[in-house]
Amino acid sequence: MNFRAIKAIYYFEMARTARTLMQSILAPVISTSLYFVVFGAAIGSRITTMEGVDYGSFIVPGLIMLTLLMQSVMNASFGIYFPKFTGTIYELLSAPISFVEIVIGYVGAAATKSIILGLIILLTSYLFVPVRIAHPFWMVTFLVLTAVTFSLLGFIIGIWADGFEKLQIVPLLIITPLTFLGGAFYSVNVLPPFWQAVTFFNPIVYLISGFRWSFYEVSDVSVAISLGMTLAFLFACIAIIWWIFRTGYRLKN
Amino acid sequence: MQDIIQISGLSKTYATGFTALKNVNLGIRRGEIFALLGPNGAGKTTLIGIVCGTVNASTGTVTVDGHDNVTDFRAARELIGLVPQELTTDAFESVWATVSFSRGLFGKPKNPAYIEKILKDLSLWDKKDNKIMTLSGGMKRRVLIAKALSHEPRILFLDEPTAGVDVELRKDMWQVVRDLRASGVTIILTTHYIEEAEDMADRIGVISKGEIILVEEKKELMRKLGKKELALQLQQKLTALPPLLADNKQLALSADGSELIYTYDTQAERTGITRLLAALNEAGIRFRDLSTKQSSLEDIFVGLVHQDRNGAAK
Repeated sequence: MNFRAIKAIYYFEMARTARTLMQSILAPVISTSLYFVVFGAAIGSRITTMEGVDYGSFIVPGLIMLTLLMQSVMNASFGIYFPKFTGTIYELLSAPISFVEIVIGYVGAAATKSIILGLIILLTSYLFVPVRIAHPFWMVTFLVLTAVTFSLLGFIIGIWADGFEKLQIVPLLIITPLTFLGGAFYSVNVLPPFWQAVTFFNPIVYLISGFRWSFYEVSDVSVAISLGMTLAFLFACIAIIWWIFRTGYRLKN
Repeated sequence: MQDIIQISGLSKTYATGFTALKNVNLGIRRGEIFALLGPNGAGKTTLIGIVCGTVNASTGTVTVDGHDNVTDFRAARELIGLVPQELTTDAFESVWATVSFSRGLFGKPKNPAYIEKILKDLSLWDKKDNKIMTLSGGMKRRVLIAKALSHEPRILFLDEPTAGVDVELRKDMWQVVRDLRASGVTIILTTHYIEEAEDMADRIGVISKGEIILVEEKKELMRKLGKKELALQLQQKLTALPPLLADNKQLALSADGSELIYTYDTQAERTGITRLLAALNEAGIRFRDLSTKQSSLEDIFVGLVHQDRNGAAK
């Protein structure tokens, strides 16, 4: 294992984040504040509670997940797409490193950034609503697992994409709808039975449900299933990346 | 001594069906400067790509200092520095950061003094804190070379390093290459400035349509394939070759009729010079001066590739 290479990639990516610090942090904080104003204050004042939790507080885990998923996918996909676009990927391919180092470096940096953002949003939410974290350990576990899993997904998208358009399509057309329909702003139980059944095909339901449980001990599905689904998704992404590097798909040739 | 790079039975067919390399066998000797010449699309960059790891081979093997470049790729790649043909650089990073990044990527501990030396050798020191995007094309080329040298490689690949580069940089660069060679680094370069290959290389390989059609010591190659021209400047212009010499296919009259040009093969048993001079004397043609000229590597190269294209290789 070439640890210096991992360090080099990680710091290189974090430096890229640092250069765009304002837009990276300010944008999510502003949009989260707007969510609190719209959903928490305006609409939330008429809903009062969801599953016995104050509505404003209820949406906090969902909002964190929303940003975490989007940022993980976008950071990681852009991180690996950019060297492909500029051609500097030749250096990664000719260096004495395997896909393990490349993935740890890029995915590690992308996940770090989105975790930091997730925590910033958590802190921001304290300004608007009371937040209680019942199981801090599981909260952090879900946070980290989700950030890593979706950074891996982003990495795959970055390798698959052969234009900036494709880079935008997946987060915009798939991740955002799945998150909104994944119970970020409501409990799945409030849906009619048919839509509840449909919802359970959405992997993001399990992430949000597990994450919300670590806050308020209310969940749409059991925590064990949430954790299992997250891990299954994680390993699926790892398997795909292993295949990509073994075959050189969209990297060599 | 064992070759530092051994390429055996290497073929590459791209997904599009295009065959870039056909059963290439090539050995690169330790410490030499090897120039790989070939027309555009001959397979030079593909060959370099496979050795360096940016392209997967279809069949065949490459060993680098005894390490298979697939099964033992870490040991193989550690030895190699690659300067790609395209100016592919980061945009927003500083020169210093990008060169240091390369060193880290190759698993070498930090060594600011060494990076400083490379940047100074390549006249990049005063640009070290500049963003790469603000540099000129020639400066970016230097950055790529600095990145390739950052991990102290034992083998350096230069893919068309002087394409679109000004005279001053070319001089600087060749000085760096000479210094590297003096320190024992093996250098493989492709170039279309044939005078550079002629000037720098120890051995020359010619590749055409994915096949290595010739590998030879440069001196041997020049000697073997070298044609010479004898130019005779006439005292009086001629309108046509005299009847006595008209059937001599090696002889030609210059357009303005002031010069006779005789082309001969230095390796031939008889060059025919004596016979020519005697015949000229007999025809009463007098000349003021004469000169001979060795054909350049470029002439040899063009001749070879042309021959190969006409299906009469080797």
